[in-house]
Amino acid sequence: MLTVRDLMKTIDDQEILRGVDLDVAHGETLAIIGRSGGGKSVLLKHLVGLMQPDAGDIWIEGQNITGLSERQLSAIRQKIGILFQGAALFDSMTVAENIAFPLREAGERDPKVLREKVREMLDVVELEGQEEKMPESLSGGMKKRVGLARSIIRRPKCVLYDEPTSGLDPVVADSINRLIRRLQKRLGMTSIVVTHDMKSAFDVANHIAYLHEGRIYFYGTPIQFQQTSDPILEDFLLGRSAEEREDTVES
Amino acid sequence: MARLFNALGGTFLAFFQYLGEVVLLAADTFRSIFTHKLRWKLFLDQIVEIGLLSQLVVVITGGFTGAVFSAQTFFQFNKIGMGSATGAVVSVAICRELGPVLTALMVAGRVGAAMSAEIGTMKVTEQIDALRALAVYPTDYLVVPRALAMMVSMPLLVAECIAVGIAAGYFIAIFMLEINGTYYMANMVRWTRNRDIIMGLSKAFCFGILIVFISCQKGLSAREGAVGVGRATTEAVVNSSLAVLICNFFLTMLLNIIYPAGYQ
Repeated sequence: MLTVRDLMKTIDDQEILRGVDLDVAHGETLAIIGRSGGGKSVLLKHLVGLMQPDAGDIWIEGQNITGLSERQLSAIRQKIGILFQGAALFDSMTVAENIAFPLREAGERDPKVLREKVREMLDVVELEGQEEKMPESLSGGMKKRVGLARSIIRRPKCVLYDEPTSGLDPVVADSINRLIRRLQKRLGMTSIVVTHDMKSAFDVANHIAYLHEGRIYFYGTPIQFQQTSDPILEDFLLGRSAEEREDTVES
Repeated sequence: MARLFNALGGTFLAFFQYLGEVVLLAADTFRSIFTHKLRWKLFLDQIVEIGLLSQLVVVITGGFTGAVFSAQTFFQFNKIGMGSATGAVVSVAICRELGPVLTALMVAGRVGAAMSAEIGTMKVTEQIDALRALAVYPTDYLVVPRALAMMVSMPLLVAECIAVGIAAGYFIAIFMLEINGTYYMANMVRWTRNRDIIMGLSKAFCFGILIVFISCQKGLSAREGAVGVGRATTEAVVNSSLAVLICNFFLTMLLNIIYPAGYQ
């Protein structure tokens, strides 16, 4: 479904990605984890063409998307949905208008069809009856659900999630994780989840990729990740800083 | 010294890069206008925002400028016994200069700021990235409706400003300054030509284009949250106003060749 080769990106003299290689199969859920500021969101934005790499290639269903113009990327983007970290809902539109937006832009004008599709999507994300609310009156979790409904209404083949559980309480975060799993099962979508929430990664992923210093440092199943003895991965898994590790070793 | 040259060079480069970005946005927008379908609802929304909701500002600007210009002209001309020529001076000046320039400055302040703030907020809250991710080209969705609405609205707003300014000047001259209405009107009609009005409306169209592309470019390049949006909005208004004033001089010189002033 998606292949990344030797992807490099420097922003403001800082090397963010230093040669990322990644393969994602059809129907798989991959969690990309790593420390904050490590380039996870930058990598995700490259996958949908929102950022252009300095070097390297990204292949989506056999088509290399690097170097394509914005208009050429439109066709690719119809195959991919993305849930932004802050949901990025259009704040001048109601929930229903936000969710119906991709269909309206694709040329669907029949209000009955749009209403029906919106209701169906709200049912999938468990937000029935919220059609007329404005984004500002929604909680963080509700915004993410609406953002998700908007990104999947055109039934993309792949959905990218940028920190889907960040800023949410554990109960709401768990419901978002369940939603991601349900979407994968119900609609067979390939999912790429960028997160630093380990519980979320273990809950939803078939594979985990650990991004460290601009490269994929580890790639494997959640079980392989949990059984690792690598100190860097252990630190991340246990939420342990380097100083704490040194203190532990000394004592 | 080297540092000074570096700073100057950097400023020059930044200025030309900025100009290039505005020109590229304009080129992209015109390409889009001719090759892609117009979103009529967004276009009509912008007509309301730019054209309809700017009425009060334009009427007040035109009215009071016409009135005060009429009074000042009369005070000077009356000393040499030419009070009845006030109408001609007011009319030609409002058509050729005051109408288009003052309307453009007011629109830059009201509409340019709003455009820049709205697009800038969309930029920093990832709504523009969301548009792109949903396979919608931001220029088509955000800039084209605004540019077309501005091209339609600005000449109409300037025409309105000119009409209100001339009417206000007339009322002040006749009812407060007691100039003979027949002479005032005769001189005004004699010295005001169609080319004066065409010049004013041509300027309006050009100023509209300047304001819309400068403001949209500032919004699209906004960074760093609320501070960035605030900065983009301020720069949009300042740059649009300066561009209007500078281009007005060159347009005046150019259009005066095509539409020369005076009774010929």
